[in-house]
Amino acid sequence: MLEFLENLGKTTRSSFAKLGRGTFFLAHTLTGIGDVLPRPNLLLKQMYSVGVLSFLIITISGLFVGMVLGLQGFNILSDFGAEESLGVMVAASLVRELGPVVSALLFAGRAGSALTAEIGLMKATEQLSGMEMMAVDPIKRIISPRFLAGFISMPLLASLFSAIGVMGGYLVGVGMLGVDDGAFWSQMQANIDFQEDIINGVIKSVVFGFVVSWIALFEGYDAIPTSEGVSRATTRTVVNSAFSILGLDFILTALMFGDI
Amino acid sequence: MANSASSDNNIVSVRNLSFSRGPRKIFDDVSLDIQRGKITAIMGPSGTGKTTLLKLIGGQLTPDAGQIHVDGQNVHRLKTADLYTLRKRMGMLFQSGALLTDMNVYDNVAFPLREHTRLPESMIRSLVLMKLHAVGLRGARDLMPNELSGGMARRVALARAIALDPLMIMYDEPFTGQDPISMGALVHLIKSLNATLGLTSIIVSHDVEETAAIADYIYVLSEGKIVGQGTPRQLEQSDSEWVQQFMNGNADGPVHFHYPAADYLDDLLASQ
Repeated sequence: MLEFLENLGKTTRSSFAKLGRGTFFLAHTLTGIGDVLPRPNLLLKQMYSVGVLSFLIITISGLFVGMVLGLQGFNILSDFGAEESLGVMVAASLVRELGPVVSALLFAGRAGSALTAEIGLMKATEQLSGMEMMAVDPIKRIISPRFLAGFISMPLLASLFSAIGVMGGYLVGVGMLGVDDGAFWSQMQANIDFQEDIINGVIKSVVFGFVVSWIALFEGYDAIPTSEGVSRATTRTVVNSAFSILGLDFILTALMFGDI
Repeated sequence: MANSASSDNNIVSVRNLSFSRGPRKIFDDVSLDIQRGKITAIMGPSGTGKTTLLKLIGGQLTPDAGQIHVDGQNVHRLKTADLYTLRKRMGMLFQSGALLTDMNVYDNVAFPLREHTRLPESMIRSLVLMKLHAVGLRGARDLMPNELSGGMARRVALARAIALDPLMIMYDEPFTGQDPISMGALVHLIKSLNATLGLTSIIVSHDVEETAAIADYIYVLSEGKIVGQGTPRQLEQSDSEWVQQFMNGNADGPVHFHYPAADYLDDLLASQ
């Protein structure tokens, strides 16, 4: 029993210590963003590896998620004779929930894990330390551009995911199942609200982009500089990002759509 | 303060330094001086904290007690901005080279210049080629770090370390794991750069022969203390058993071949 309490205390203390380190890290990263802006090349390079390289997985997943939504939605809606509302259903679920959440999960798996491994290995091979000795702040030079790139890319990727998803729903619903073309689009236009649906979805993806980039970069920076340490940090990035995305999604949804 | 004047003959002075990692004392009240313009070696067996000493001098770690002055400034009292200014005048060569793996050789050497100066690209090019020429790798400018051998990587790192014309360079185990030819090249480079660029060099190493060949002064560290110091010749004639064992590479002596353990016979019989 005593041992249990002791372990509990140790775990709690180390998690709080890590939270503290993470917060300082974030603050330091944010102050470095001012130095990134005058050097757009640093940012563009990271936008490419974080954003552009995630393009394929996002478009393909978006297409299939949209197609499945089209199929499932049609089955349920046709029971009520409401298959014209398929467009609304597909678009609303994508824009409000699936777009931001699924693309953030994919982003954590594709770009987040890569960021953690990259930073962790840079630490293990003394590149960060070497930079410090060259009087270059590694957080400002290495972390801040990546953070900003993740933060900017995430909402763009989520919007792309939703747009492709709508096309997927259209392909299946209108192309294969025979939903009326005009009804599909006009119902969508009439019922999807820019402020309520689209902006709220974008806000979600902005929050997810912030959190996933923070987790991924911090786990890499805080990794134990060995191969095992980096592999564990990469795993933690994906797991912790997934938890944070889903937990935050609930909180944000409650704030935006629930009357709590 | 005795060591505050920058005209002082010692570029680095370490006073009563203590540092521990967890329960392990790495340095216990160590004091040493590094003379300007000289090559000073800090030697000792692996795990005696030689690299840690370089990190303490560079301000990457903070000592538990004691002071380190570099060029008259107390490293651990400086504000971050001043510490960074000081670091521009210290080069450090990491054991692994610590080259940035996403850039080629040229960009690696240009990195500190691009970060710290506003020189036009044409001037950066001349400087980079001069530094690369000094280490004999002007022709390797387009290679990526993973295409370099260990010795070449260290020479590129050396070119990068001298890019900003520092006052001193700290070498972390420069000879470890080198074949005889690149070892010879590095020994020659360290010596000639020190002379031609008017540098001060600190070499941390356990390669006795190579280090003794170029060092002007040697400190021998063991278990957190300085156990011997002097010119290479003085150390060779040292009457300390420990220094003799280290300089001659004897397997047994004051440092035992066996890690502390229970009695051998008892240990073998214990399982029965």
